[in-house]
Formats: sequence, C-alpha cells, structure tokens
Amino acid sequence: MSHETAVEGTNYLNNGYSLRSWFLTTDHKRIAILYLFTIVLFFFVGGSFAVLMRLELMSPQGTLVQAETYNKLFTMHGIVMIFFFLIPSIPAVLGNFLIPMMVGARDLAFPRLNLLSWYVFVAGASVTLFALVTGGLDTGWTFYTPFSTSYSNTRVVPAMVGIFITGFSSILTGLNFIVTVHKMRAPGLTWFRLPLFVWSLYATSLVMVLATPVLAITVAMVAFERATGIGIFNPAIGGDPLLFQHLFWFYSHPAVYIMILPAMGVVSEVIATFSRKEVFGYRFVAAASLAIAVYGFLVWGHHMFVSGQSVYAGLVFSILSYLVAIPSAVKVFNWTATLYKGQIWFQTPLLYAFGFIGLFTIGGLTGLFLAAMAVDVHLTDTYFIVAHFHYIMVGGAVMGFMAGIHYWWPKITGRLYPEGWAKFSALVLFVGFNLTFFPQFLLGYLGMPRRYYHYPPEFQVLNVLSTAGASILGVGYLIPLIYLLWSLKRGKVAGANPWGATTLEWQTASPPITQNFPTTPVVTSGSYEFPALEEVHSE
Amino acid sequence: MSFPHWRKSTVSDHAHPTPVAHQFDDREQQTEVGRLGMWLFLATEILFFGGLFTAYLVMRWKWPEAFAVANSKMDVTLGAINTAVLLTSSLTMALGVRAAQLGRGKGSFALIIATMVFGLAFLGIKAVEYARKFQEGLFPGPGFVFEGATGRQVETFFSLYFMMTGLHALHMVVGIGILTVIAAMIRRGRFSPDYYAPVEISGLYWHFVDIIWIFLFPLLYLIHPHL
Amino acid sequence: MQGLPSEHIVPLKVYFTVASALFVLLALTVGVSLIDLGPFNIVVALVIAVAKMLLVVLFFMHVRWSSRLVWLFASGGILWLAILFALTMSDFLTR
Repeated sequence: MSHETAVEGTNYLNNGYSLRSWFLTTDHKRIAILYLFTIVLFFFVGGSFAVLMRLELMSPQGTLVQAETYNKLFTMHGIVMIFFFLIPSIPAVLGNFLIPMMVGARDLAFPRLNLLSWYVFVAGASVTLFALVTGGLDTGWTFYTPFSTSYSNTRVVPAMVGIFITGFSSILTGLNFIVTVHKMRAPGLTWFRLPLFVWSLYATSLVMVLATPVLAITVAMVAFERATGIGIFNPAIGGDPLLFQHLFWFYSHPAVYIMILPAMGVVSEVIATFSRKEVFGYRFVAAASLAIAVYGFLVWGHHMFVSGQSVYAGLVFSILSYLVAIPSAVKVFNWTATLYKGQIWFQTPLLYAFGFIGLFTIGGLTGLFLAAMAVDVHLTDTYFIVAHFHYIMVGGAVMGFMAGIHYWWPKITGRLYPEGWAKFSALVLFVGFNLTFFPQFLLGYLGMPRRYYHYPPEFQVLNVLSTAGASILGVGYLIPLIYLLWSLKRGKVAGANPWGATTLEWQTASPPITQNFPTTPVVTSGSYEFPALEEVHSE
Repeated sequence: MSFPHWRKSTVSDHAHPTPVAHQFDDREQQTEVGRLGMWLFLATEILFFGGLFTAYLVMRWKWPEAFAVANSKMDVTLGAINTAVLLTSSLTMALGVRAAQLGRGKGSFALIIATMVFGLAFLGIKAVEYARKFQEGLFPGPGFVFEGATGRQVETFFSLYFMMTGLHALHMVVGIGILTVIAAMIRRGRFSPDYYAPVEISGLYWHFVDIIWIFLFPLLYLIHPHL
Repeated sequence: MQGLPSEHIVPLKVYFTVASALFVLLALTVGVSLIDLGPFNIVVALVIAVAKMLLVVLFFMHVRWSSRLVWLFASGGILWLAILFALTMSDFLTR
C-alpha cells in the first residue's frame, strides 16, 4: 500500500498534550475520546450494580442485600446503563468521531456546541451520581408515578435534575449531527452515496431532537410535583398517573431506537467491508432507518397494556407495534443478502456483527410476542421482558458498539488490536450473554416477576445458570479493556486502511490529522464500490 | 448619542471581513447552518413546551368545570395588554432584522433595544400578576386557598399556569440576554448586509417565544364560564 | 448571491400589515371570549391562535421565503407535537 505509516507525523492525538488541549478542544475526534472514557466508566459502574443483583439472585432467599437495597440496585443499574452508557455510546463516541469524516468535512457544524454537550453530560452525570451515592433511589428507571411523586422517600429529585441536564447533551449532539449531514457534505456526496452509518445516525438524531425534550419536561414536572405537592400525576387529587406514563414512554420507547439504530449502522458498514460487496438494497436499508425512527414514535402504548389504558388505544398501539417489525426485517434480510456470495473475511468486527444479527433477531421476535396484548398480559413484568430488552440492548446495542470499536480502533488509534484475543473475547461474550439471558426467557415464561430480590426455590437452577453466564459475560468485557489498552503502545501499526474499506474515513491517515483530510475530498461514486481484491487478503 | 465605532456597511465589510469558521467553506454555508440549527432547536423547544401542553390538555379534559372556574380568576385585561406588548416586540424585532439586512446599524440597534424594553415590560406585568396570585392564595402548595368542591383541581390549573408561564418567562429572560449581546455586537459594527446571521437567528428565537405566548394567552385566560 | 432567502428584504408595508392583523386578531379573540358559544369558545380561541402563529411564522420568521428544509423543520416539530397529543388522547377519549 502506498500510505505512509501514519503513527509518525502530526495527527489529532499528538497535536498538543496539555490538559487544556483536551478539555477545551473543539476537535470532534478528541471530544469523541472524552466521551469514550466517560461512558466506559459508566458502563463498569452500571455493570457492578448488575453483578450485585446476580449474586443476590443465586439463592431463593435474600442473603446478600436487603429488599430496599435490591430496589435501589436495579434502579441505578437501569439509569446508569440507559442514560449514561447506551444512549451516548455509539452516537457520542463513534458518531462524533466518524460523521464529519464520513461526509468529508473538517468538523461538525457546531464544534463548540459539541464540546458543550460533553460538559453538559458530565454535569448531569455528576448530579445523578451524587443522587446515587447519597442514598440512591428505588423507583425503577421508569420513575412511575405516584410512587415517585408521593411515596418514595429516596433521592428522586436530584436524580431527576441529573437526567434533565443530561437530556440537553443528547439534544445538542443530535442537532449537531442533523445540521452536519444536511449542510457539510463534501462535493459529490449526495444523500444516496452516504454511508449507511450516517443514515442511521441521522435517523437517531431525529429521535434525540424530537423525543428528549418531552422526557426533560416530564421529569421536571415530577420534581415540581414532589416539591409542592400539586396533583398532575396524583390520582388522589384528580391527577392521572397514566399521563406520566404516556409522556415518559413518548421518549423512552423511541429511546430504544436511539440505542439500536446506531448499532444497525455499524453492522451495515462492517458487513459491507468484510464481505466486500455493495450493501444489498442500499436504498431500502437507508430508508428503513428513517422508517424505524418515525414508527418508533407511534408505538409507546405497548408498554401500558396492563396499566388501565383504554383497550381501544391498546389495540391501535399493538397493531402499530407489529409494523415496526417490517423495516427491522428489511435490514436483517438485506444484511443476509449482502453476505450471500460475498468474499467473507472473518475478522472480529464481523463476528460481533453476526452476534448482533442473531441476538437482535431473537430480541425482535420476542418483541412481537409482547406486542400481542393477550400474551403481554401473561408476560408483563416478568423476566421474559427483562430477557427481551437485554437481547435488544446488550445483544443488539452493546454488540454493535463492540463491533464498531474494533472496526474503527485502527482509525482512532492508528494501531491494530490483537486479532486472536479479540476473536476469543467475542466468543466469550456471545456464550456468556446467551447463558445469562436465555434462562431469563424461561424464568419469565414460568412466571417469575422482575424486580424481586427473592423467589420460589424451583426457579433456582435457571437463576444460577444466569448468574454463571453473567460472570462469563463480565470476563468477556474485561479482556477487551485489557488488550485494547495494551494495543495503544504495542499493537501493530495499522496504516490508513487496514480493512480495504471504501468509505471516506479510511481514505485519510490513521490516526487522522486534525483537519481530517489534507484537502476536501470530491466524491464520484457510492460508498460501497469495492475494487477487485486479492492484495488486501494477503494477511 | 454617538456611535464612535460605527462604520458604514460597505466600509466595515472591507475593514472587518468577518472570518468564516474553519469548518465551513464560505459564509453562505455558515449562515445556512446557523439558521437550520436554530430551526431544529425550535423544533426541540416545541416538544419541550409540548409536554406541558399535553398535561394541560389531559387535565382540562378531565376537569373542564374546575378549569373554567380557575380561568375566571385570571386578569384578562393584564393578559391582553401583555399579549399586545409581546406582539409589538415581535414587530420591532422583525424590523430590527430588516434594518440589519439593509446595513442600517443605528436603526437596527434602536429596534433591538426597543424589543428588549417591550420584553422587560412584559416581564414586569407578569411579575405584577404573579404577586397578585400569591396574595390571593392561588399559588399551588400549602398556602393555596380555594373554597369549593373542586379546589384541588383548581390548584392543578394554577400549578400548570405557573409552570407554563414560568418556563415562558425564563425563555424571555434568556432572549433578553441574547439580545443584549446582539445589541453590543451591532454597536461594535460587527454586522453588514453580507453578515447579519446572528441578528436573524436571535430573531427566530424571539418570535418563537412570542408564539408560545400566543397559545398560552387563550388557554390560560380566555376560556372562562359565562356566569 | 441572488435569490437566497437571507437576501430577501421584506417591504415595510408587509410587516406593518401583519402586525395590524395580529392586533385585530387579539381584539377578536378577547371579544369572542365575552360571548357564550358553549364548547365553541375554545375552538374559536384556538383557531385565532393558529392564525396568529401562521402570520408570525410565515412573515416575521421569513418561512414564506425560506428553503424547503426550513419548512420541513418548522412543520416537523408541530407534526410531532400532534402525534403526542393524538396518541395520548386516543387513550383518554376511549376509556
């Protein structure tokens, strides 16, 4: 290859080492690194709560923690993982790093706003952490009223304030991405030449901008109601707790798509590159991202089938929920068709992408069970739900995050991760994940409710299996942490384009220079037009 | 008043070519990006207020009589005056942007200042209204006094009233802050017919806040029972 | 650059006409609220409010002369608010 070894020479990483050059940077790539450190920290914080829960559930009687502590553990696990890991994970790290490069721009449209979004995130996270360490809260991450407004005597208001603040970080990120995609594309880069990762992040950003403000104002109302004793959500004085659920799920259902759409974007990139084929039905995959984002706003009532919501509204929400399966299936079929007769190259990102497809399909199909009202009555608030959404959020979103981190690691750091260790840990993760969560489908189907710290003895075997799986899963997350850090110094120098990928970010040095490209690239073809290969497969 | 730093637009264009930020190719792109960013932010704002409007809608649907009774406690005269004040401020804002488009710095400065004065007048009248509601015991919470079977629902009306108008007033305060900066930039001769995007974009925000009030006024003041 | 929306100078007459219309509508909405129309009071009040909003958006905010993208963003927020209202009320109205 003709590219110089890019670890030599100036790039965005060695362009200044002072704290100021990091904490006051407006370079989207450095801000992505700041986000990466922050969210990895929260991933392990949230994970430690999960460890404690799984340990508690090894035996039918409560042994390790009190019931109250257990309530706080699952609440804090949910809040930290959703608001401080999953929502920002791919968008704020990979999206921040890659969107300007993929559209051939020097930076996002609003670089200072981008830095501000990280500070807002840290501020919101700090307030929430303050709430967690000074007593925690026990409402569940869903904060259902009137428990959260009138009865819980834990740290609800500080947690609400933290989440309110964090929401604005999400809004600023989404706004920045949308304007960037509209206005910052390189000459010749038309909408239907954009990489699919950009399409999916664009759809994600629409959700962030249109849904997040409703959550923000809703938690503000909860805090206000707690402080003054007014009755908007309190049924005892004429309020309506279901109003809270409507407002909450108007954000929190689309939020699932904030987590899964970016992962789908990663998978599209990885599959194209490692099967060396144009993505089958590119336009359909792109349009499916937008369709998922829009449909995502029309289905929230399926979280409320047993809440006392009107049956007629439930019916509408149920039918609309089925419709979301269509664009999701379009994606899965098109990925499969892309792989068909492709030149498959089994590198770690592709293994994770396979993991994503399989686990997301299970998560999605069990979602259809739950969209059926009658079945949902049996399964609501059981471990079936817990298993279902972990297949989407961990099996889907986190697998997509791992695929993306491995795929773009050479671009971000200029070094290759050790392939053998990476494949091994991908396998460990896959096994550990399924052992953790598959038994939970069975537990839920047999009737074990979620959010209890003890259970009848006949459920113990499946719970022990789940806990065993969780410890394997934990190992699967620790190995990458170690070898990725190791690779920063010791990894093989990657070169500009180790995978022979075709999107723009690979057409510049690794790590990239601060301005991304020496001159603005001019695009003359689609994102996935692979030349005849041979030379790339030499390793 | 004199404007020692004021330059005619054609002069300022050459004397102070406004730099284009490094991520943009030209000023046109920069302007368009700023405008789109603000519109997108306003879309977010619609849904931010939208949560409160939804709560209002549901509560009004559940308790129409209590809400109508509560409505009749509002001072329509002050509300209407405030609407007029705010509509006038929108006019001066639009004219201020127009003056900036034409490179008329003095006119633009005066109109922005006028907009801020109207904004402050609105907040002053609002403060008078708030003070009266406190005196009448209509602020939600332990001090709330209302005789009648639907007292708690009347309280709900007033909690929505204070949240909605309070959030609106907060936006007004932010808007006045933004316009202060814009006025200072105008005085320093930062704008020209080629570059006035910050004035225009701040104007969009100001008009949006006006529109929120256009809906708050009938919903909170005008739907009273005809006793 | 000819024809850019930012270059569009709106005649003063338009601004003053729009402002006058806004004041007329304000007087109208206060006036109508004094007459008992039953449930139609709220309808009239909202129709007038929407008319005022359109005047401000189209003329003061220049959407009338703006790019399609601005139209899209401006109507997008309102459309999503309509989704929130409609699906929430689909529950409350059919209980």
